[in-house]
Amino acid sequence: MSDLDVGICNVTLSFGDQLRLDIPSLDLDPKRSTMILGPNGAGKSLLLRVMHGLSQPDTGTVNFPDQYEDRARQAMVFQRPVLLRRTALANISFALRVRGHSSQDARRRAMTWMMRAELDHLANVPARRLSGGEQQRLCMARALALEPKILFLDEPCASLDPNATVAVEALVQDAIDLGVKVIMVTHDPAQAQRLGSEIVLMHQGRIAAKQSKLDFFNSPQNYLVSSFLAGKPLLSNIKEPS
Amino acid sequence: MQNFAESFWFSLTLIVTGDSELWSIVILSLQVSLTAVLLAALIGVPTGALLAFGKFRGCQAITIFVNSLMGLPPVVVGLCVYLILSSSGPLGVLGLLYTPTAMIIAQTILIAPIIAALSRETIQAVHEEYRDQFTSLCLSNWQRLQALLWEARFPLLTALLAGFGRAIAEVGAVMIVGGNINHLTRVMTTSIALETSKGNLSLALALGTILVLIAILVNAAVAVIGMRRHEAMHV
Amino acid sequence: MIVAKTLYFSTLFSLVLTLAAAGSEYIIIQSTTSTQNSGLLSAILPKFEAHSGIKARVVAVGTGQALRNAQNGDGDVLLVHARAAEDAFVSDGWGVQRFDVMYNDFVVVGPAEDPAKIFDMQNTTKALSQIAQKEALFVSRGDDSGTHKAEKRLWSETLVDTVSASGTWYRETGSGMGATLNMAASMEAYTLTDRASWLSFANKRNLVVLVQGDIRLFNQYGVIAVNPHKHPNVDAEGAQAFIDWLIGPEGQSAILNFRPNDTQLFFPNAQR
Repeated sequence: MSDLDVGICNVTLSFGDQLRLDIPSLDLDPKRSTMILGPNGAGKSLLLRVMHGLSQPDTGTVNFPDQYEDRARQAMVFQRPVLLRRTALANISFALRVRGHSSQDARRRAMTWMMRAELDHLANVPARRLSGGEQQRLCMARALALEPKILFLDEPCASLDPNATVAVEALVQDAIDLGVKVIMVTHDPAQAQRLGSEIVLMHQGRIAAKQSKLDFFNSPQNYLVSSFLAGKPLLSNIKEPS
Repeated sequence: MQNFAESFWFSLTLIVTGDSELWSIVILSLQVSLTAVLLAALIGVPTGALLAFGKFRGCQAITIFVNSLMGLPPVVVGLCVYLILSSSGPLGVLGLLYTPTAMIIAQTILIAPIIAALSRETIQAVHEEYRDQFTSLCLSNWQRLQALLWEARFPLLTALLAGFGRAIAEVGAVMIVGGNINHLTRVMTTSIALETSKGNLSLALALGTILVLIAILVNAAVAVIGMRRHEAMHV
Repeated sequence: MIVAKTLYFSTLFSLVLTLAAAGSEYIIIQSTTSTQNSGLLSAILPKFEAHSGIKARVVAVGTGQALRNAQNGDGDVLLVHARAAEDAFVSDGWGVQRFDVMYNDFVVVGPAEDPAKIFDMQNTTKALSQIAQKEALFVSRGDDSGTHKAEKRLWSETLVDTVSASGTWYRETGSGMGATLNMAASMEAYTLTDRASWLSFANKRNLVVLVQGDIRLFNQYGVIAVNPHKHPNVDAEGAQAFIDWLIGPEGQSAILNFRPNDTQLFFPNAQR
């Protein structure tokens, strides 16, 4: 593990007697966008939560390179949009003010990001009145307005229609282009292919595979990857990658 | 004579003729109960918020205690406040017994637990919703509290209304600590009790009708200014 | 935010009200429901206030509770009707001195059908015994008020055991006179009431006066200043001013002139 990587070391997390996360070691390159794939219940979201500090692991540590460590350098967008009962613009400026921006500055920056998310015409609409796609774009805009080093995305397109998905993906691509380290959970291999640079496959709380995008789709590391890509249900026993 | 329709018309007549005695009683009732709601909110909402965060020891026990205080019998509250404010009680020197202030104190004690319990529930629900997001945004505890109170503002308003409803309808406590003194501590409910005891049932019922109308008016006012915005903000 | 404003102003207002209350001189009269419900106090107190410049605030409760409140120092003067308890109050040092003020009488009321056949009996003790014998419903105040004390005194002259009868034909309401009369009216029961409360009671329904005029039914009202040595906060001067006025010619004639519907409810009899 290099000091320049996002490193996960000996992380385990159980609910009752159920082991939900068991990751001896995982290193993620901060220069590349990571897509975490896997079936439901594989522990993808939990891993994301542990990395962002929302859930405490039973054992183990998550290490970030210097500039990425502080949660104030990170941002997260959840599967279901979490918005305050305020206007769309106020949702972004609230997050900025929490980070210490003056109200004028927060408002100006918020408006910039409203425009980039093409939501400026909805700035003064109560956020919870927006459509699902607009809400998720607003959440993306809010996260990006914080100018994070790492952006965690937990299936942000899970409940969106194709048009809305395209719009959100465009914002994710923006983030990647800006040099933000994106770590995104998705269950859609095609989306992972569009946005990812390295791909992690999770299964039953463990890392089943970690490959670059090209390798993942062209020369699967193991049969779990090939089964997953073929759309077959994954067996409950994990064979150790050889 | 004990005819509801007749009493209803009687109450309308009382309102329309603008009986000044009646108005002073209505105004005193509103004054006492609205002040009690304000004070109880200042006590109850922070208490509820504290319990909603629930990170300290004994929090669960206090929550159960506060919840059970919602069922405090008004007469018991009245009696306790009487004993405290009585000349031979610990706060007798203040000379507050048989004043509107005494009634405000009694009603505040009566409804603060209601507002605290409802606030706790409301704030906890909203906190569940925003917990992860707020952690992600790195809110300090203080910022978190402020944001939660603002996000829960509409349901909190409902909690205040519940407190107001209980306060304005309460008779046992204000009777004891206010003394039902004419032109000083006589409110709607004690007037109703007095008229009932005089056997003036239709007048008592008419006053009761007016009390209900006031309650409706207050609730409608809050609905118009508050809930409409609520509709707009919260789908 | 109108709500916030309303709340704000109501607080201010009540503070002002409290301050205003503290500013003016007033006395608190612990009195009985009969003097208030009959309208006597609202008729005569304005005259006292005009005469003395002292405001009078009335807390109308049962005599027993009035005495206890006064014992706690929560009143400056008592206007009640239970001679024995009043004398005890003074001899125990809680009151300064007791003066006769006025009298009226108790009456036994009951349903017009009169199942116990007590109508026009001259001896209240016998009438009550007859009610007990017939086990006709009788409603008692049961609240340690002056009327309740008088009623207990009357029962004690009979051989009836009201304690063991309680809950059967003998029912204790634990309520004020008005509430008790309301219950008697709807239960078609007998009860003892002072005449002033009876005459000013508006929900008589089937109730009529059945026994009256017996010397045992005499109902004397007395006035006592609360002892300022027990409670320094007591307004002894105000209380004395009220007593002097009440048992003096002006107060006595005010009582005499209180005649709602041309009926004399209270008869002044101060000895001075």
